[in-house]
This record gives sequence, structure tokens and C-alpha cells, in this order.
Amino acid sequence: MTTTRGRLRAAAALVISACLLAGCSKGSEPGASGTGAAGGDYTIWDPYPQFDDGSDWVKLLTRCGTDAGVTVKRTGYDTTDLTNKALLAAQQSNSPDVLIVDNPVVSTLADAGVLTTTDELKVDTAAVEPNLLAAGRIGGKTYGIPIGANTLALYYNKKILDGAKVDPAAIKDWASLTAALEKVKATGKKGITFSAIGTEEGSFQFLPWFWGSGAGLTQLDSAQGVAALELWNGWLKNGHAPNSVLNNTQTTSWQEFAAGDFAFSENGTWQLANAEKTGFEYGIIPIPSQAGGTAPAPTGGEFVTAPVQTETGRYPVTEKLIACLSSADNAFTTDTTLSYIAATEAVQQKQVAANPQLAVWVEAVKAAKGRTSDDLGTKYPKISQPLWTAFQAALSGSASPAEALKTAQTTAAAATK
Amino acid sequence: MAHDVTTGVPASPSAPAGGGAGARAEGTPGRGRRGGHWTAWAFLAPIVIYLLAFYAYPLYRNLDLSLRHYTVRSFVQGDAPFSGFDNYRDVFADPAFGPALLHTLTFTVVSIAFQFAIGLALAVFFAQNFRLSATLRALFLVPWLLPLIVSASTWTWMLNSDSGIVNHALELIHVDPVNWLTSPDWALTSVIIANVWIGIPFNLVVLYSGLQAIPAEVHEAASIDGANGWQRFWRVTFPLLRPVSAITLLLGLVYTLKVFDLIWIMTKGGPADASITFATWSYRFSFGSLLPEFGPGAAVGNLLIVMALFFGLLYIRFQRRQA
Repeated sequence: MTTTRGRLRAAAALVISACLLAGCSKGSEPGASGTGAAGGDYTIWDPYPQFDDGSDWVKLLTRCGTDAGVTVKRTGYDTTDLTNKALLAAQQSNSPDVLIVDNPVVSTLADAGVLTTTDELKVDTAAVEPNLLAAGRIGGKTYGIPIGANTLALYYNKKILDGAKVDPAAIKDWASLTAALEKVKATGKKGITFSAIGTEEGSFQFLPWFWGSGAGLTQLDSAQGVAALELWNGWLKNGHAPNSVLNNTQTTSWQEFAAGDFAFSENGTWQLANAEKTGFEYGIIPIPSQAGGTAPAPTGGEFVTAPVQTETGRYPVTEKLIACLSSADNAFTTDTTLSYIAATEAVQQKQVAANPQLAVWVEAVKAAKGRTSDDLGTKYPKISQPLWTAFQAALSGSASPAEALKTAQTTAAAATK
Repeated sequence: MAHDVTTGVPASPSAPAGGGAGARAEGTPGRGRRGGHWTAWAFLAPIVIYLLAFYAYPLYRNLDLSLRHYTVRSFVQGDAPFSGFDNYRDVFADPAFGPALLHTLTFTVVSIAFQFAIGLALAVFFAQNFRLSATLRALFLVPWLLPLIVSASTWTWMLNSDSGIVNHALELIHVDPVNWLTSPDWALTSVIIANVWIGIPFNLVVLYSGLQAIPAEVHEAASIDGANGWQRFWRVTFPLLRPVSAITLLLGLVYTLKVFDLIWIMTKGGPADASITFATWSYRFSFGSLLPEFGPGAAVGNLLIVMALFFGLLYIRFQRRQA
């Protein structure tokens, strides 16, 4: 008798505590703060945890909030963390009002129905360079506005090139670049370093060569694609590039270059400030394409987006915040702080006028291409992963470039069909 | 774990309730008993809520994730269609499944074997209590005390193909450098070496305390009977150490099965899946690319749980046989 009653009570207690738990998870009202149409709190999430409250960036956010008559609550997340945080927040419908997110993620979030379109929010995107805006365009709709862009180019060590009698201005195609690496090697210095790590970062670094050969992401194993991988593979085989590229992030590859032994480093706009600190003279050339000319490099940089809210009355203020962040004057400050190239021609010119060194980057950004462009959208991640697996396999010697890309194409085709 | 919970629930209310009610409510037995039960439940509630919130619900959620077809859209809207065992079928059919399973088993078995053997050897060595033995023993704990991010990054630098100290040392003795982390033949070995180094202190500490519990008389008796050092170890120390060894191995197995951070920091499971294990594979599905695939990720995670559970049951069986 007592035991049955005990068991019944145990069951009852279990049910009660389960209800309590369920109650707890449902009970917390999402976005409870700032319910009023005017005033209140507006949340902004960005991937710049390096900036604290005293930084220009956060001051700008605060000022934009004050101008719109609201208080801005800002949180900085690590880039890789932000996508999942944004998805989880959307699931529990407490998305931030403004979300600043890496450009290839925009299509993923848009596909999930997390983001509003710029039409809905009446954000003006007319001034933005079309190749930069393309990463945020899916199915004819635009889901945000780029805050700025960065991309890849080749940094070179002037002293090493002088020693090897290489004229960087004469490097116009793959053949002249490989010839330059050969000359550098003859002087006992190291050739080029990049990042071929098995993550999105590696794909980002491979794409300028892949696109520069004329290959396209929908056909990974085309002859051009194989040629691009043969180029990297040849550099490793002939000792022009170190074997450690397989495990290099862009930061470690930069450290190798900064140590002063390498002639070239494939790296991004964001290293400009560090380049000044290396203590040797450096220069920058665009990444050459196979046949000659500037290769299209992938665009990096974030989009300012507005996640869907249950309370649509919040949108007008959100629009004001976004307009403030992307206005010409503020964009100039922001892009200078972030070491980015602006997304509009007018601000780009202002940047070059202020710092002529940026001219080469502006050129590179003009030639650049979004990874999710060409309406690839959410297919891109499913292509990128087989791609990085392929160059890892080829460079580590477990498959030939042609075989590796053939496997990649099979995987990618199956995943995107 | 689950075993303890189910037996614990019906048994525990009677014990505290009896004591509490008996002492307090002598006049009104009925009401007192009931009140006592409620008090007992109030005491029990925190642990029950804790177990439900932090064990049962996450496990249920993981199972649920693995049985549904999630896209980013359905993840957000919470309307993912039930897809039965499709995710598991996909995972089994994935070309990475074979290598991942093989690497998980190799990684676990080889790591445990070396950790246990070296840990036991060191424990026996330190059990002799020579001068400085306490200091040395403390030094051996260092790998255990370092945050994993520190030790894994240090190993990554040491094993770097071009600038690593290991290859530099090999060069000094005229051995060809090895691409520790970037060659498909060596990547798994490299992460195993690092993991063995990290796991030795745990084995050392637990086995050492096990050795302390073996009475000295047994050893004395054995040596009076003419057993040499080797025989004393295999015939006396080792059998008496069996219960401690069993729990050390079990804990080691569970820890090693789910090692993720070390491999992720050192090789990311690469090059080209050469060092991928279930743990890194599951992470790669869910968080490793721009497009999360929670379904297959959860499925691989569940396979890991099943493997750990299998070893847990094996341990319980082993314990029963001992008793």
C-alpha cells in the first residue's frame, strides 16, 4: 500500500516538475523589453567582440540609437558562434533588432525565414556596388546591406623580391607568379604561404585561384578547376609553399609571412595594420588569374540585416538604425575602424583619397565576387565542404587533384540536387 | 547513471520520511505521515528537476533532433518532419562513416592502452616513495592541469611540419622530417600521442591511490615466500588492483571516446578525414560549416552515447561478477 502510494507520488512529482520545466521555458516572454513604439531598448548583435564600449564602433552604435530616440543594447559575438546564436534566437522568437552577420551566412538565415527583405524595411541599397550586394540577394530579394567589404590579395616582402630580382609589377598571370617563386627559391628564401585548412577559411583562400582559372562552383572537376588545384599542388611539391599550409589558418599563415622568410602571403585587407608592424617593407598586388589580369577573389565582410520581429511596429526604428550605420559618413568611420573597403563607390573614393595605399584593395574588391552569389545561396556551404576536402586530399598526397575534385563534384552534386 | 536514478526514486522517500515523521508528529499519525512525505519530496525535488533539466531533456532533445529532417528553416520554425531513421541511414551510408568508426576505435583503444600501461608503470615506480617522489609526481600532473586549448596548441606548434621543434630535433639526428599533422599517414598518430600525454596523469593518480590501498603485508608475505619483483607484480599487485583498474579503464574509455577539442584544435579531423572521429564528425555536421545539419550531427552523437553506454554496461557486468 505504502509503496504503491509512494510510486504514485513519485509519478505525480515527475509530472509536476516536468510541467514546471515546460512552464519555465515557455514562461520567459521573448523581447519583453522595449514594447513601446517610441523609445525603449533595441538590441544589436555584431561579430566584433574585439571592440569594447570605449571603441569608436560601439560609440557609433550608441549615437545612432540616440538619434533614433532609443537605447541600443549591443552584444559582440565570435563570428563562428553568431550563426547558431541567431538561429536559436529566431527559434525562440527573441531575435535582435539588428544583426550584423558575415555575408555568406545571409543566404542561410534568409532561407530559414529569419531575415526581413530590404523592401519590407524600406532600406535604400541603390548606392551599393552590385557585386557586393549579390551575396545578400536570393531569388530576386535582398536581405541586408553590406557594411563594408574585404577580400584577398598578395602581400609581398620587398627585400626578398629585390634580392631575387623579381619585379612585382610584372606578375600578371600564374606563369609569371610561379616563375617568381622559382627565382625566390634559388636565393634560398621561401616562396608563398596561404591557408589550405579544412574549413570555410581554406575554401575562401582557394577560391581566387579556382575562379581565376575560369572554373565555376557548379562544376568542381572541370579542367579549369583541376588546373587551379594543380597550381597549389605544384607549389607544395616543388617547395614553393610549405607543407604547413594544410594546417594554417589565415592568421598562422600571416605569422609565417611576418617572420620575414616568405616572399608572398595570400591574405586579407584586415592585415593592413599588422603589415605596418612587421618591420620590413611590403607591397600588395592583386591575385593574378591564370590567363592574366586580376582574379575574382571572394568577398568577406558583414551585412547589416534586420531579423523578423513579431512586433512589426519596431521596424521603422530599425530602419533608422540601419540607415545611420550605412550612411556615407558613418560608413567611412566604420570601415576605417574595421580596416574594410566601403561598399559604395563614393565612400571608396573618399578612402583612397585619405589613404592611397587602399587603391589596390578597392580594385580587388571591385573584381571580387560573393561566395553565395550566382544564386547559389544555401547551396554554397554544401559545395564548399567537398571543395576543401578535395584540396586537403590532393595537397596531403592522398589523391591526385583530378581524382580529389571528381569525388568532390560527386558529393556536391548529391548534396545540392 | 539511469540505473541509479530508477532504483533511487522509490527507495529514498521512505527513509527520510520515516525518521522525520516519527520524531515530530506523534499525535496525528495520518497527517504527519503525509506531511513527512511532502517534506521528503521537497528535499528530492532539486535533484529530480536537475536530472530532468540537465540529463533527461537534453537526451530526449538529441534523440528528437536525430529522428527529424531538419533544415535551417524547419529548425527555426520548429516544424521539422519526422523522418524515422533516415539520418542514421545517411550517416551509415556516408563515405566518412567507415574511417570515422575505425579512427574512433583506434584512437580510443591505442590511447587507453598506452595511458594505462605508462600510468601503471609510473604509479608502481612512485609507490616506492624515494626522495623527491612527491615533487616528481606533482610535476607529472602538469598535463592534466593545463587547459586543453593550451596543450593542444602547444602540440600543434611542436608538430608543425616546417617550424616545429620535433622536426628540428629529427633533423639534428639526421632523420627525415615527418609531416605530423598534414600527412594522412601520421595525423591520427599525432593526435593519439598528444592524447596519451594528456591522459597519463589521470591514470597515474588513480592507480597510485589504488596501490596505496594494497596492504604492505601481502607484499611482505609474497617476498618471504620467495616471489621475485616481477612475480609480485603480476601475481599480487595486479590482481589486487583489478577493481581500481576497471574503473580507471571505464572512465578513460568514456573520456577518450568523446575527445573532441584536442583533435579539432590539432587537425580539424583532417587532412581529408585522416583523423576524423565520431566526436569531430558530429561537430562538423552541426557547427563545422556555414550550413548546420543538426539531424545527422545528433545521430552521430547518439551513436557515441550508445558506444559509451555499452562500455558502461560491460563495467557493471564485470562488477557483478566480482561481487
